[in-house]
Amino acid sequence: MENILLRDKVRDLEGYFACGGYRALKKALAMKPADVTEEVKKSGLRGRGGAGFPTGLKWSFIPKDAQGPRYLVCNADEGEPGTFKDRELLLKNPHALIEGMAIAGYAIGASRGYIYVRGEFAAETALLDKAIGDARAKGFIGRNLLGSGFDFELSTHRGAGAYICGEETALLESLEGFKGQPRLKPPFPAVKGLFAAPTVINNVETLAAVPAIIERGGEWYASIGVPKSSGTKLFCVSGPVDRPGVYELPLGVPLRDLIEKTCGGLKAGKRLKAVIPGGSSVPVLTAEEALKVNLDYDSLAAAGTMLGSGGVIVIDDSQCMVKLLQVLARFYHHESCGQCTPCREGCGWIEKLLDRLEGGTGTPADIDTLVSVAEGMTGRTICPLADAMAMPVISFVKKFRAEFEAHAAGRCCPPEAAGKH
Amino acid sequence: MAFTLTDEFKQRAEKICARYPRRDAALIPLLLELQREAGYVAEEAMDALSGYLGLPYSRVKAVVTFYTMFNRVPAGKYHLQVCRNISCHMAGAPGLLAALRARLGIEEGETTKDGLFTLSAVECLGACGDAPVLQVNEDYFGRVTAEKLDVLLEDLKHGKYPSTR
Repeated sequence: MENILLRDKVRDLEGYFACGGYRALKKALAMKPADVTEEVKKSGLRGRGGAGFPTGLKWSFIPKDAQGPRYLVCNADEGEPGTFKDRELLLKNPHALIEGMAIAGYAIGASRGYIYVRGEFAAETALLDKAIGDARAKGFIGRNLLGSGFDFELSTHRGAGAYICGEETALLESLEGFKGQPRLKPPFPAVKGLFAAPTVINNVETLAAVPAIIERGGEWYASIGVPKSSGTKLFCVSGPVDRPGVYELPLGVPLRDLIEKTCGGLKAGKRLKAVIPGGSSVPVLTAEEALKVNLDYDSLAAAGTMLGSGGVIVIDDSQCMVKLLQVLARFYHHESCGQCTPCREGCGWIEKLLDRLEGGTGTPADIDTLVSVAEGMTGRTICPLADAMAMPVISFVKKFRAEFEAHAAGRCCPPEAAGKH
Repeated sequence: MAFTLTDEFKQRAEKICARYPRRDAALIPLLLELQREAGYVAEEAMDALSGYLGLPYSRVKAVVTFYTMFNRVPAGKYHLQVCRNISCHMAGAPGLLAALRARLGIEEGETTKDGLFTLSAVECLGACGDAPVLQVNEDYFGRVTAEKLDVLLEDLKHGKYPSTR
C-alpha cells in the first residue's frame, strides 16, 4: 500500500503543496472544531509515542468551558533506545507535522503550539524552523489562518539531553525551563498542563497522520490495519539485519515479514535469538515468540509485550543477554530523574547486580534479587521509567535464565563478546 | 573572570523569550546559545543569565547540572560522542570507544592536551538504523568503521570538517 507519512518529494513546502499539502487544513478550518476531533476519533488513531492512547479521546479531554490560553505540544524528544522514526519523519515530511499541528490546534482551541525536539537534533530543529517559516509566509501558520479567524503560532524548543523528558509531564517541566522531573497526575495535562493551562501533548508520528485523516476521512484511515490498531505505523529496525531502517507498514503485519522480507533477514551467518519489539523498555520476545507475533497493539499485548514506539531491536545469537541487559541498566540508572526512591535506588541496584554477574563475581542468589528489585519498582513511581527498567529485567531473566545462571556459575562471556564496559 | 552578556546576545534572547508567556521558559534555549558560542557554560555565564532572566542562580545551576548536553568545563574543538546503547553496542560501539581511547590517548570525559578532541560515551542518540553512531559537535556520523574513523580523525586534525550526509 502507499505510504501516508514517509513520502518522497515532500521535504519542502513546494513539494508538499504540489502533492496536495495543506488542503486538509483548509477543510478542517471549514468544519466545527468538535467535528474535527470526531473525525480523528472515528479513525481509531492511537498515540504513536509508546502508550497507544486514542488520540481523538485525548483531545476531547480539554475542558470545553476552559477560559484563557490552551496549548498544543508535539513530543519530538525521541530517545527510547532503538527508536529513530520521528527523526526520519521530520527530515522527510516536516510539513505533515506542521499541518497536523495547525489542525489539532484548531480542534482543541489552542492558538499556541510548541515542538519539543530532543537537544541532539540540532540539524532537524533548523530544518523544522525553516519549514515553519515557509508555512508562515503562506498563511498556514500565524494570524487568521487562511482567513478563518483562527490564529495558530508555532515554534520549536530544543531540549538539552534527558531521556526522561520524553515523559509528557517531564517534557512540560522542561519546556517551562525547569529540570525534567515528571509531575504527579492528576491533574492531567488536559486540565492543567503547560503554564498551568489545558494542554494536549502528542507524538510527531501521531500529529503527522492527522492531515491524511481529515482529508480522506476517519473511516478510510480505520480501514487500514486491523481492528483496534488502525492505520500505518513507522517501524524502525536496528540490529544485525541486512537493511536496517525506518519502514511504514499497516499495523498488524507479521513481525516475521518485517524482519525477513522488508529488512532482508539477518546478515549472513547470524541467527535470530530475540527481538525487543517496541523500544528498549518493553518485554523481550524469544526468536520463537517473535516469529509468530503480529505487529499491532492487541497481538503484542497477547504475547506479553507492547508495540511501544515501534523500535524493533533485533538480537542475534552472538549476543550475550546478560551484557545487553547491563547496557540497558546503565542507561536507565543514568536517566532516572532521582525523584522517586524505588526508581533511583532500584535502577542503581539492578546495574550493580548486573555488573557483578557480568564481572564474574555474581551468585545464583543475585538472579532472584534482580527480579525481586524489579518487581518492587513496578507501579510504585510517579512515571513509568521504573517500569521501563523492570520490564526488560523481568523478561530477560525469565526467558534467558540459563545465561544468567551460567554467569553466576563463573562461565562469563569471553571479554571480546562482552566488550569493555 | 567577569562575564557580560553582549548586546547582540540580548537582542537574540529577547526574540527567544517572546515565544513564551513567561521569560524563564527560555532558560534552556538561552543556555544552549551560550554553550554554542563558548563551547561550555561557565559558572560566570550561569550567574549572568540568572541575573538577566531574574532567576535565582540555584535554578540555573540545577538545570545545567540536570541535562547532559551542558558542558561545565571547556570541551575540545571537536567533541566526539560515541553512542553506547543497545543497538550501537551490538554494532561495535565498545570497539569504537576503545579505538578512540587508544588513538587519542585519553579516557572518556577527557580532552587531548592540544585541546582538539574531547571524548565522551553517550546514551541512545536516536539514530539506531545507522549504528554505530558517533556525534561530532552537533553532527551525526553513522555506520562508523575503523577505516572511516581513521579518515575522520585525520580530516579533523587537518581542520577539514567532513559532510555528514
